[in-house]
Amino acid sequence: MIAQFGILLSFLAAGEFIVWLTGINIPSSIIGMLLLTASLKAGIVKPSYVERLSNFLVHNLGFFFVPAGVGVMNCFGLISEQWLPIVAASVGSTVIIIAVSGQVHGFVRRALARKPQIIKSEAEA
Amino acid sequence: MEFMTDKFFLLAVTFVFYIGARKLQRATGLVLINPILVSIAAIICFLLLFDIDYSTYHKGGEYIDFWLKPAVVALGLPLYKQLPTIKKQILPLLISELCGCVAGIVSVVAIAKLLGASHEVIMSLAPKAVTTPIAMEVSGAVGGIPALTAAVVVCTGIFGGMAGFKIMRMSRIKSPIAQGLSIGTAAHAVGTSAAMERSERYGAFSSLGLTLNGLLTAMLAPFVLHLIGAI
Repeated sequence: MIAQFGILLSFLAAGEFIVWLTGINIPSSIIGMLLLTASLKAGIVKPSYVERLSNFLVHNLGFFFVPAGVGVMNCFGLISEQWLPIVAASVGSTVIIIAVSGQVHGFVRRALARKPQIIKSEAEA
Repeated sequence: MEFMTDKFFLLAVTFVFYIGARKLQRATGLVLINPILVSIAAIICFLLLFDIDYSTYHKGGEYIDFWLKPAVVALGLPLYKQLPTIKKQILPLLISELCGCVAGIVSVVAIAKLLGASHEVIMSLAPKAVTTPIAMEVSGAVGGIPALTAAVVVCTGIFGGMAGFKIMRMSRIKSPIAQGLSIGTAAHAVGTSAAMERSERYGAFSSLGLTLNGLLTAMLAPFVLHLIGAI
């Protein structure tokens, strides 16, 4: 478990290093995640090296957001003044994002699946 | 009373409320009793009741915040397991993410503006679909209030995790890949934890959605906001 923690933290540190080096506008954790995926793919890290801790963290992800959510109490004033646009915009746009990304994904997939047939029928014609 | 501000006590309170909320959800089976939402509400009530301010609470809470970053790194494992499928679908994935990202920013700005939100609130809402660290970064960069963004991000995630699968049923999104992807795109890591409860496959595509939308939002949000004349 200590080794697993060490590995995840090393990838996070690598992410932090890249951010520091390049001044890039992407969080170190996302870079660390991509580096971990790449290392697993390259075989540098075996899935069993990180599996136990990763599963624990990934399956309890929601809990780690609780303190950040409690921070809402610092913005009560602003929220009580403008609660309607804040709530409506967040809810409305969440529905839109889900519908748009899901539908576009399905649409592009179907369009790509149809393509070989079109080429075939053109050849026949 | 001084003991109430002890960071280990406040940490324990956080765990106890969360475990209690989770037990309550399992006992009732109600989606509305979301453990994250319920424990946040309970902790806020507790802090207000005993007159403890957020900065004091955060001395304990930051030890939980700390785990957010390693947890995001850990998402690299489920992502790796789905690499073959991702490779096969690279084009649909990229195009749908790009559309989801732009639609999200434009729609949140449009609705907030229409309902009369102030400029700084609109800017705080713009990056609300992506994970907290990226959203706060973008919010600060475009003139929003990062603290408000963090709160809205968590609430959006909870809403997306609770209602996401229902929205997909209504908009007839059926493939597990599209479902996982869109919940991660709209509701970042909190949505991903809801997807993870369904299966690892949903979770992996959800983490792909949160990653791609996070990257796209970080890179495109200022540009999109300029383009629609919001800044």
